[in-house]
Amino acid sequence: MATITLSRVSKDYGGGPVLRGIDLEIREGEFVALMGPSGCGKSTLLRLIAGLEEPSGGQIHIDGRLVNDVAPKDRDLAMVFQSYALYPHMTVRENMSFALKQRRLPPAEITQAVEAAAVKLGLTNLLERKPKALSGGQRQRVAMGRAIVRNPKAFLFDEPLSNLDARLREQMRYEIRKLHRELGATSVYVTHDQVEAMTMADRIVALNDGAIQQVGSPQDLYDTPANLFVAGFLGSPPMNFLDATLAADGALVVEGQTLARVPPPAGLAPGATVTLGLRPERLALADPAEGVAARVDVVETTGTGQVAHLAIGAQRLKLFTMDGRRLAPGEVVGMVVPPDAPLLFDPGTGTRIA
Amino acid sequence: MNKTFARVLPRVLHALALAAFVAFALFPLFWLLKVSLTPDDLMYGEGVRLWPSRVTLDHYGAVLRHSQFPLFFRNSLIVSAATGLLATAAASAAGYAFSRFRFRGKAWVVGVMLISQMFPLIIIVAPIFRLLAPLGLTNSLTGLVVVYTAFNTPFAAFLMQSFFEAIPKDLEEAAMMDGATRFQALRHVILPLTLPGLAATGGFVFTAAWSELLFSLMLNSSAAVSTFPAGLLGFVSKFSVDFGQMMAAGVLALLPVGAFFLLIQRYLVQGLTAGAVKG
Repeated sequence: MATITLSRVSKDYGGGPVLRGIDLEIREGEFVALMGPSGCGKSTLLRLIAGLEEPSGGQIHIDGRLVNDVAPKDRDLAMVFQSYALYPHMTVRENMSFALKQRRLPPAEITQAVEAAAVKLGLTNLLERKPKALSGGQRQRVAMGRAIVRNPKAFLFDEPLSNLDARLREQMRYEIRKLHRELGATSVYVTHDQVEAMTMADRIVALNDGAIQQVGSPQDLYDTPANLFVAGFLGSPPMNFLDATLAADGALVVEGQTLARVPPPAGLAPGATVTLGLRPERLALADPAEGVAARVDVVETTGTGQVAHLAIGAQRLKLFTMDGRRLAPGEVVGMVVPPDAPLLFDPGTGTRIA
Repeated sequence: MNKTFARVLPRVLHALALAAFVAFALFPLFWLLKVSLTPDDLMYGEGVRLWPSRVTLDHYGAVLRHSQFPLFFRNSLIVSAATGLLATAAASAAGYAFSRFRFRGKAWVVGVMLISQMFPLIIIVAPIFRLLAPLGLTNSLTGLVVVYTAFNTPFAAFLMQSFFEAIPKDLEEAAMMDGATRFQALRHVILPLTLPGLAATGGFVFTAAWSELLFSLMLNSSAAVSTFPAGLLGFVSKFSVDFGQMMAAGVLALLPVGAFFLLIQRYLVQGLTAGAVKG
């Protein structure tokens, strides 16, 4: 178990910065998700921690020891690759033994460690098989097994579930989470999937354009996103963004209708334009006479409820409802916005104002 | 009926085309064998026939007992095996570097290696001779090995590079995370997976060295260090050509190459990397 500290870490391959001034403290035993769209630098950041790439600037400490010039093999970190990277010419047992053999552990100890890990992952019957004789889910498990037999200082995961189908992915999410609870090892998990980040991580590091956008618990990021990027990345269906005007009395006016009233935030002139963020599931349906009038455009049934695509004037938004009312396209419904639902963003910078 | 016909026809055509190609490719070899087995008195007497009315192993006996062919054969074996080993080793190292490392001047090195493959070797025979003579490397098997290795390594390096490219980088990175140095990762993970590539490259270089005539003829004049392609010319004299013995020697010369490919064909066809990554 280890702490991982990044200070002012940057990376540039020569074509402009990929990572810019990353400061991050990963605590002992913590499960941290590095989350962002492809190209945001999350995998590069993981590879820097692993030692597979060298930082262009800044410092990386593992357990207080500066590791900038330490080879990957001497960092005692285990990594699970997106491709699994199983050694194709070795059996499952040999794959899992490889790291221990490199460390020259006695054979009896290796056998014991491999078999214990195999039991934990349900691989006992597959130990003598080669990777090509395994299904995708089994390969994924072997990759996990190869990591846990080592009992490393920390686990690094590089989008380990993205090659699995949805059902297996959900199961592996649970299993990785459970393993983490059992082993209590520091884990850094790279993903572009907000569901994975939300469900698995103790803390999420939201990355975009090579810079950290926000760090916090999944709920923190969901409820109080620092900016439009984080707000839009988390949640499915995603947050609605509407162009609104903030009146002097705190009324949020969209297309001539007052959606909600908020305490006017300091520093904003009355009549200022803001980007109004509304989570689809925070909106409620009402009689057309009561709430804001909106026209139903398209209705998607999810099973647990319905996602209604609504139009208010020229602007569109989604509303998620679980009340059993049947909505029909073209119908005009009323929409109620609870007073604590609106999030206000600066349309220029994207930063959240309130 | 019509449907069955439409389904079978492409397969039949396919098989016929393949058969025609195989016949075309193998016919010279068949002719080599046929002539080597034809007794001298029937060589010209029977006209052009697919198979002589009588066969004999006399030519083989003569070649093995009364010619210097066994010596040439041994020389060829030494030169080709040494060239195969040296060039493959050098090409693997170079190919790995081309495939995995970014270094200054890489484009230049690749360019120069390409250029070395571009001109006919005959124009540098003289300079090579001038270079090797003072070093005592003419009339020597070592000299041939040096020259063959030098001229085969560039192409072999490109070949090896493409084999290394086919092996995902993830694999050696995984090994490095697992506590291996880059060299250990190369030895334990990458090299075993490159066996088909090594076999193909080795086979290519071996065959190239085995059948090389120009340098062998120009650099070596003594029979003691002649390789068999140069030796084959000995069957052509001023007044006649001993086709029977020449062809028998040719068949014998084919054996090691054939045996070699039989040996490595397992690696050539085996998709060792299957199942390495993804599903």
